[in-house]
Amino acid sequence: MSIEARFRFDRGDFVLDVDLSLPARGVTALFGRSGSGKTTLLRCVAGLERAPGRLVVDGAVWQDEHAFLPTHKRPLGYVFQEASLFPHLKAAANMRYGMRRTPEAERRVGWDEVVDLLGIGHLLDRYPDALSGGERQRVSLARALLTSPRLLLMDEPLSALDHARKQEILPYLERLHDELDIPVLYVSHSPDEVARLADHVVLMENGRAVASGGLQDTLARLDLPTALAEDAGVVVAATVGAHDAQYNLTRLDFSGGSVFVAERPQALGERLRFRVHARDVSLARERVEGTSITNLLPATVVEVGAADNPAHVLVRLDAEGTSLLARITRRSLDQLGVEPGLRMWAQIKAVALLG
Amino acid sequence: MQLSAQDLTALWITFKLAAVGTSILIVICTPLAWWLARTQWRGKIFIEAMVSLPLVLPPTVLGFYLLLLLGPRGPIGGFFEDIGVGHLAFTFTGLVIGSMLYSLPFVVQPLQNAFAATGQRVMEAAATLRASPLDRFLTVSLPLARRGFLTAAVLSFAHTLGEFGVIIMIGGNIPGRTQVASIAIFNHVEALDFEAAHALAAILVVLAFSMLFAVYAINRRFKVVGVGQ
Repeated sequence: MSIEARFRFDRGDFVLDVDLSLPARGVTALFGRSGSGKTTLLRCVAGLERAPGRLVVDGAVWQDEHAFLPTHKRPLGYVFQEASLFPHLKAAANMRYGMRRTPEAERRVGWDEVVDLLGIGHLLDRYPDALSGGERQRVSLARALLTSPRLLLMDEPLSALDHARKQEILPYLERLHDELDIPVLYVSHSPDEVARLADHVVLMENGRAVASGGLQDTLARLDLPTALAEDAGVVVAATVGAHDAQYNLTRLDFSGGSVFVAERPQALGERLRFRVHARDVSLARERVEGTSITNLLPATVVEVGAADNPAHVLVRLDAEGTSLLARITRRSLDQLGVEPGLRMWAQIKAVALLG
Repeated sequence: MQLSAQDLTALWITFKLAAVGTSILIVICTPLAWWLARTQWRGKIFIEAMVSLPLVLPPTVLGFYLLLLLGPRGPIGGFFEDIGVGHLAFTFTGLVIGSMLYSLPFVVQPLQNAFAATGQRVMEAAATLRASPLDRFLTVSLPLARRGFLTAAVLSFAHTLGEFGVIIMIGGNIPGRTQVASIAIFNHVEALDFEAAHALAAILVVLAFSMLFAVYAINRRFKVVGVGQ
C-alpha cells in the first residue's frame, strides 16, 4: 500500500522534480510556501497537469512512460482551493454528479454516511450561491467523497476561508480522517493545519521535496529549512488522562510524560494533538523549585542546531519517545553546558491545543 | 389594417428564414465559439476578425460577393448547377446562407463570451468527478452557457427579421419566393402605399421589441435564481 510519484517538469521559470514514496493511508501533507510546487505536484497526481514521470497508486499505474490515464479515469477525489461547485445544480445534484458516474460496484462511501459526517443535510436543496464559503467547501468535499475515491486530493481547502470558517471545517476533516479509510494528499502552507491533520509530511521547496517523513519526526528535525524553523515546534499526540475539577485543569498523557492544560471538554481517553513551540520551552539542569511553570519534563539532549536568529539555537530533546524542541540563547547554551546526552528538565510554558 | 396575401407570405418567409438560419448557425457556431473561447493559438484573432466582419461591412458588399459566389458562374453556385441542383442565387437556400453570414457575429460572440465565462475550474472539477470531455461539455459547459445561447438565438433571429441589403442583392425581390417583410415594406413605400407599409413595419417593431424584452427579462430571472456566471 503506497503511492509512488516521480515527476520532472520544466516550465522554464519553474522546475518540479520529485521522487516520492508515500504511505497510501492517513493524511499526507504537502507543506511549503506558495510557489514551492505543492499544488503543481497535486495537479500532476490528478492528471490535470501533464508532467513526464511515473505514478503508481496502490499498485495501479496511473502514469508511466507509455500510458497516461486521463483525469476522469483516475479513481480520485479533488477538493479545490475555491469550492468549484456547479452553479447550475443544487447541492444534492452536485453531490450526485460524481456518484452517478462511479460504477456501482466501486461505490463504498454511502450517501447518508457522508451527509451525516459533514453535517450538510439541511443544505441539499440549496444552490451554491445560497451557501456560505464553509458550507460550499463541505458540499464539495462530500461531492468528492461520494465517488468513493482511492485517493483524496485536497488543495488548501481552507485557505479561502476566514478563521471562524476554518474552525468550522477542521473538525469535519478530522472525522474524515478517523472514520473513512481513504488516503489523503493535503496541500497546505499552514503549520497549524498540518500539525492538526497530517500523519506524514512532505516538505516542498523550489519544486523539490526536501523532506518526507512522519509528522512528529519531521517537525522535530533541525536540518530543515526556515520554513519550519521560524515557527519551530513539535506536535504531540496525547490522550486525555484526568480532569482536575478543583483547579479546572486537564491532564494530557503522552509517551514522555504528561502536561496540564486549562480544562478541556473531551472525555477521558479521547485523543488530542497539541503543538509545543520551541520558543515556549526553556531548559534547566536541575529540577526547578518555586516556579509557576507546572509542566516540567525530564528529557535528554539529542542535538543542537541553528535557529533563524544568530542569538538563538534550537535544541532537540527526547522525552522518552516524544521529541521536543527548545529555543534558547547561545549564551545559555554555553553557560549551561548543553550538549548531546545531557539529562535536563524541559519547562513548558505553553502548549497550543489543536482541536 | 389588413395584410395582403403577398405581405403575409413575405412575413412567413421572413420567419422561416430567421428560424432556419438561426438554428443552423447555433449548431455550427457552438463548436467554433467553444474553440475560440479555449484556444491559445495566436491566429485566433484572425478568425475573430473574420467573424466580426459582417458587423461593419455594408450589407450590399457582403451580398455582392455572395451573389458572385452563389450565382451560376460562381464557384459554389456553379458546382450546384453542375450536379443538377441549380445555382443558389435568387433561392431561399441562398437567402439562408446570406443571412447566416450576416448574423454570424451575433451568434459567435455571445456564445464565446458564455463559454469563456464558464472558466476552467468547473471543467476540471467535472473531470475529477469522472466526466469524460464530451460529458463535461454537455453537462457543464452547455447548461452554464444557456444565457449565451438564448442571447445568441434571439439576436440572430431579430437581426434576420431586419435584414435588407444582403437579401436584396442575392435574393432579388421575388414575391412569394424570396421577398421578405423588410423588402415588402420598401416596395410599399416606393409605391406610396403607406398604409400597407405601416402594417408590416408595426408588426416588425412589436416582434423585435418583444423578443429583446423577453431576453432581458429571462437573463434577469436567471440571475436571481442564482445560476450565476
